[in-house]
Amino acid sequence: MILPLFIIIPLLSAFLIAIVSGKKDNFANGLSIISALLLLFGAIYNFITQNQEVIVYKIGNWDAPIGINLVQDSLTIFMLIIVGLISLTSLIYSRQYIRYISTNWKYYSLFMFLITGMNGVIITGDLFNLFVFMEIALLSTYALVAYGGKAEEFEASFKYAIMGIVSSTFILVGIAITYSATSTLTLAKIAEQIPHINTKIVYLVGGIFLMGFGLKAAIIPFHTWLPDAHSSAPAPISAMLSGVMIKVLGIYAIIRIFYNIFGAPEFFLNIFMILGVISILIAGFLAITQWDMKRLLAYSSISQIGYILLGLGIGSTLGILGAVFHIFNHAIFKSLLFYNAGSVEMTTGTRDLKKMGNLKKLMPVTSKTSMIASLAISGIPPFNGFFSKLIIIIAAIQSGHPILAALAVIGSIQTLAALLKVQRFGFHSENKTEVTENKTSFGMKFAMITLAFLCFAGAILIIPGIREVTLDPIVEVIKNNGEYMNMVLGR
Amino acid sequence: MILYLLCFTLLLVGLYGILTKRDLIKIILSASIMGYATNLLLILFAYRNGSIFPILRKGVETMPMVDPLPQALVLTSIVIELGTTALLVALALKLFQKYKTYDITKIRKLSG
Amino acid sequence: MDNKSGMTIIVKTITRITVPIIILYGCYIIFHGHLTPGGGFAGGVIIALALLNVMIAFGREFTNNWLNINFLEKLESISATLFLILGILGFLISSVFLFNFLSHGELFRLLSAGTIPVLNIIIGIKVAMSLFLVVWVLAGLKLDKGEEL
Repeated sequence: MILPLFIIIPLLSAFLIAIVSGKKDNFANGLSIISALLLLFGAIYNFITQNQEVIVYKIGNWDAPIGINLVQDSLTIFMLIIVGLISLTSLIYSRQYIRYISTNWKYYSLFMFLITGMNGVIITGDLFNLFVFMEIALLSTYALVAYGGKAEEFEASFKYAIMGIVSSTFILVGIAITYSATSTLTLAKIAEQIPHINTKIVYLVGGIFLMGFGLKAAIIPFHTWLPDAHSSAPAPISAMLSGVMIKVLGIYAIIRIFYNIFGAPEFFLNIFMILGVISILIAGFLAITQWDMKRLLAYSSISQIGYILLGLGIGSTLGILGAVFHIFNHAIFKSLLFYNAGSVEMTTGTRDLKKMGNLKKLMPVTSKTSMIASLAISGIPPFNGFFSKLIIIIAAIQSGHPILAALAVIGSIQTLAALLKVQRFGFHSENKTEVTENKTSFGMKFAMITLAFLCFAGAILIIPGIREVTLDPIVEVIKNNGEYMNMVLGR
Repeated sequence: MILYLLCFTLLLVGLYGILTKRDLIKIILSASIMGYATNLLLILFAYRNGSIFPILRKGVETMPMVDPLPQALVLTSIVIELGTTALLVALALKLFQKYKTYDITKIRKLSG
Repeated sequence: MDNKSGMTIIVKTITRITVPIIILYGCYIIFHGHLTPGGGFAGGVIIALALLNVMIAFGREFTNNWLNINFLEKLESISATLFLILGILGFLISSVFLFNFLSHGELFRLLSAGTIPVLNIIIGIKVAMSLFLVVWVLAGLKLDKGEEL
């Protein structure tokens, strides 16, 4: 019964930081790292003890249609582990990095609200509650994107906030229509009502939700805010936004709504496939053309989201397996790449690839880990990214879409080209820089090495024998939508 | 039906404002209009013909009541909009401090 | 009170009379939150508006002397923490978060409904402080026109 603690711990530490901290951030940093550790351990504990079961927790002891309930199944635990892992490494990384901007406790307080919002979205079993937690996470990111206090950052944050408000409004309209059609907001109850209501309403609501959550996930026609926001934010926040946020608010919500509630209608799966391939190709191309390191990484995020969406859209067991595995992998290597970009920016003071030089000798840890991450993201064999992309491509061929598979391979080559550009110009070029001092601290190196290790170790999740306990239950949850409803409603 | 259509029109007015206006403050106002339209829609969905407000009073027999849940949702969404609008206004003021203008065509440091 | 900042003497005098009444009304709305329309949020907004009324009528400096802004900032966080602590107390008593562990009392009485009036008061403080501080901070931003960046 530790499910509500995933919301209580970060929320309590956010307010405690605000009460206790004076001018310095030592206490704030310590407390936030402790609570992130607790969250990660809690998620792993739940994974070990109750991965195969569905647990429903009733807030205030009210039953499902009246009260809000929290639901925990294997997909929930999986996402909680990702959030815990990336937020822990981000906080360790922030300790040195954020003092380079300012030494204010507000950063950690906002960070804790961000974790609260994302954990809330993950574990809630109520549609409107999902919206509220989403807004908590979004509000704190609007502030965190602008945390550096430069003109571009305010501009990016304003753009992001306006896009966020438009998408949130559409999601609220979707919730209103769903409520008027089904007279309930509990996800499982809605799933129960969906077969009895007019299919036109399902398509209408589905379209509105696709637009709203697609904007949060930055699928290609709705992507314009992402490169600005993700490249302007401080590096640990970029890692949180690109690594976790777009997946929790976008992909996770799409999975819950379109698979577990609507029962994966064929029409929407086809749309997912097409949007996924468009995202892979266009964003991959745009990534190659960028010279700003973080902007390049941000565009590459859109293209990787395209892979996840393609895997989900294929809809076969293999496709969903690839998508779920790619969620995990992308969280790890994209966060690592943003940490690398952050430490390069801190040392050289620029994000422009043309102005960087031979950093290989000066920053050995950053350069080696970024090499590992680049190879992993472009799908080179021993690393985790290879397996997830391979599975998605095989699934596309098996389900009779060889063209989509070919396009996905092209997208992978585009990613390789974009990341090789980072390696070539950023770390291995002839260009000499005047910088002689490596400002990367121990905490930053620790965060980078941990994630680089996970780029290797993540691949073992797919080995038969381990896959049966880690990834297969998640695929089962996504694929078997009737099961979710029955388990939550206690039948 | 006409009420729902008017509500939807109000939503589109807000969207139109966000897409076409060039002044930061006007964009914020348009975003608020979108929010109001959504709240109105929620309240309209809760309306039942010939029923009273959903509050229990002493000595009054129970009558058919309107659906109280969307009203609670609207209260929550108003609070969220309040927070978002305050943040947007703060960002707009900060942008004004940096650029000395509210015109978004002149605020262009980001490429693309 | 005799300084030149703020508005005219008429506005100041009327504000001095009405602000206590407005705050009292806000408290009424908060305390009867579980019986009548309104509650923590509505009452908190009313109190915040009363404080902002003072700020507009008398100016920022006077308000800064009159209220301890740092204390209000702490109070905002403390009230949110109290809300969570009440929730956790319910969690400890019956392993259900936000469990209503006080006696429910009789219907239509002021002292009834268990923890709900307590939570209403906490929310009222939180909303009043938050809304007042938001406008306070926004009003403090300097917007000097003229020079280019």
